[in-house]
Amino acid sequence: MLAHLPILQVIVPLMAAPLCWFLNRSKLVWLFALLVSAFTCLNSILLLQQVMSSGTIIYQLGGWDAPWGIEYRIDELNALLLLIISSVGTVVLFAAHTSIQKELPEDRHTLFYSLYLLSITGMFGIVSTGDVFNVFVFLEISSLSAYALIALGKDRRALWAAYQYLIMGTIGATFILIGIGLLYQMTGTLNMADLANRLEEVNQTRTVFAAFAFLIVGVCLKLALFPLHLWLPNAYAYAPSIVTAFLAATATKVAVYLLIRFTYTVFGIEFSFSTLPLQNIFIVLGLVGIFAASTAAIYKTNVKHIFAYSSIAQVGYMIIGYAINTSTGLMATLLHLFNHALMKSALFLALGAVMYRIGSVQLSQFQGLGRQMPLTMAAIVVGGLSLIGVPLTVGFISKWYLLVAAVETGMWPVAVLILLGSLLAILYVWRIVETAYFKPPLPGREAVQEAPWTFLAPIWALVLANIYFGIDTRLSVQVAQAASQSLFGINP
Amino acid sequence: MMLLGLYNYWIVVMLMMIGFYIVIAHGNLIKKLVGLTIFQTSVFIFYISMGNVDSGSAPILAEGVARYSNPLPHVLILTAIVVGIATTALGLALVVRIKESYGSIEEHEIQIQDQLTEDKT
Repeated sequence: MLAHLPILQVIVPLMAAPLCWFLNRSKLVWLFALLVSAFTCLNSILLLQQVMSSGTIIYQLGGWDAPWGIEYRIDELNALLLLIISSVGTVVLFAAHTSIQKELPEDRHTLFYSLYLLSITGMFGIVSTGDVFNVFVFLEISSLSAYALIALGKDRRALWAAYQYLIMGTIGATFILIGIGLLYQMTGTLNMADLANRLEEVNQTRTVFAAFAFLIVGVCLKLALFPLHLWLPNAYAYAPSIVTAFLAATATKVAVYLLIRFTYTVFGIEFSFSTLPLQNIFIVLGLVGIFAASTAAIYKTNVKHIFAYSSIAQVGYMIIGYAINTSTGLMATLLHLFNHALMKSALFLALGAVMYRIGSVQLSQFQGLGRQMPLTMAAIVVGGLSLIGVPLTVGFISKWYLLVAAVETGMWPVAVLILLGSLLAILYVWRIVETAYFKPPLPGREAVQEAPWTFLAPIWALVLANIYFGIDTRLSVQVAQAASQSLFGINP
Repeated sequence: MMLLGLYNYWIVVMLMMIGFYIVIAHGNLIKKLVGLTIFQTSVFIFYISMGNVDSGSAPILAEGVARYSNPLPHVLILTAIVVGIATTALGLALVVRIKESYGSIEEHEIQIQDQLTEDKT
């Protein structure tokens, strides 16, 4: 049983997705999906423990040896990502039953849970597998179900957003497919570890350069790096609240993982950062992304839009840490993956609670909510503080390591710009706080009640995690450090 | 020789660019999907032609044949074709729903309607 953990992580939600149709009663399906995702969460904790104590786990599918068969390879980085996806997926799903009652018609509930499980399967698959073609297949499983999930949104603009995401996402995935094809042509293998070995001989050819370019652009489309982010704001804003909370916390993280995996493991640091000017491009794009997206967030009137743009800005921080190309920088990126997942799932879930009570997330509708929904609003305030990077929250930890990494390598201007970017976050968070706490309740609206406990429990679990991991950083820092050191080939 | 010998790549690149151009330039949602399909198909052809080995026969064991083409890219692309079909089907389903709720499948008309809703709120 313990030896089969890597495959169980993927196959259990995959098998569970069609089973939802047999249950076909909203509450029953919800309990079932919750049980399945709780299982994956437990599974990923066990995997992380195994990896931390005894090193990389290699699992061969069907018992076929690696370059011929497909292998799943779980190291510290994979285990961390699995834990992020499964835990956020479970906590968010807890509020799903209450939330979709108001946002989706009854006959779509089963469909929703099926798609949710499929999407999470795809993400687990991308992260677990050690085979590049498998990555493409799982990427499409998770993306296709994500398009359908977004299209479930109540507003008709959700359809248009899902369509645009489908076009952009498919172009990105096809680019990745071209890159994989070119790599296969040069090396005759699809296994990541094997590719890494064989690429060394041929990596000065134009075909490999082309493969690299296609893969990087394809992955950057998926992770919404500025200026390839255009699909993201509307997709997040008009999707059902649960879907937004889930995707905002996981989808872009998986793409960042792919970027790290391809550049560090498959192509190698030497090739990715020395042969090609990747570092400067990414630092500039990351910084421009932070400023452009944060500025856009300040002027938006839909609160979901505000936090969607803030997600693009946060991707900028992750990319900068990655592009600094030191073990500390990469560690900051990994920490921010973990921390940003905690912040954004808490924030978007709190917006889901607001949506549940007042049916809108327009900023103007937030007037007076500070007194009427005190717990939900307090969660948004703490989440917002974390987004800014105030001490005692997780946001501070990752920004701190990012600054340390920038200063260590002598990139003072980058460090200063990162701090300035955080100031912009204060502005857009303040607009929400000001409206909710310092403006009188909207005239003519009945007093709004606090959100039900099925919302408050997961929201506050995430908020408390925001504070807990901001004070006791042992777990997150230890894992992130181990992962970044193993990627850089440093033995602790 | 260079040009003729690599004719399969020329076909692939031309199809790819045609498809990509249609996706970007056309405002009609169905045409965009057609472009996307052409774009994906070009990649399928790229994989399939890549598996061919000079003077190799079909990869079926037979007497007197020593050289076989590589079947693996073909198998890979079967999976990719299925993915492509799923994408097109989902895209078309979305277009049907868009037509129902917007009454149009032209990009600019949808954007105008969205702008109007945005101004109202």
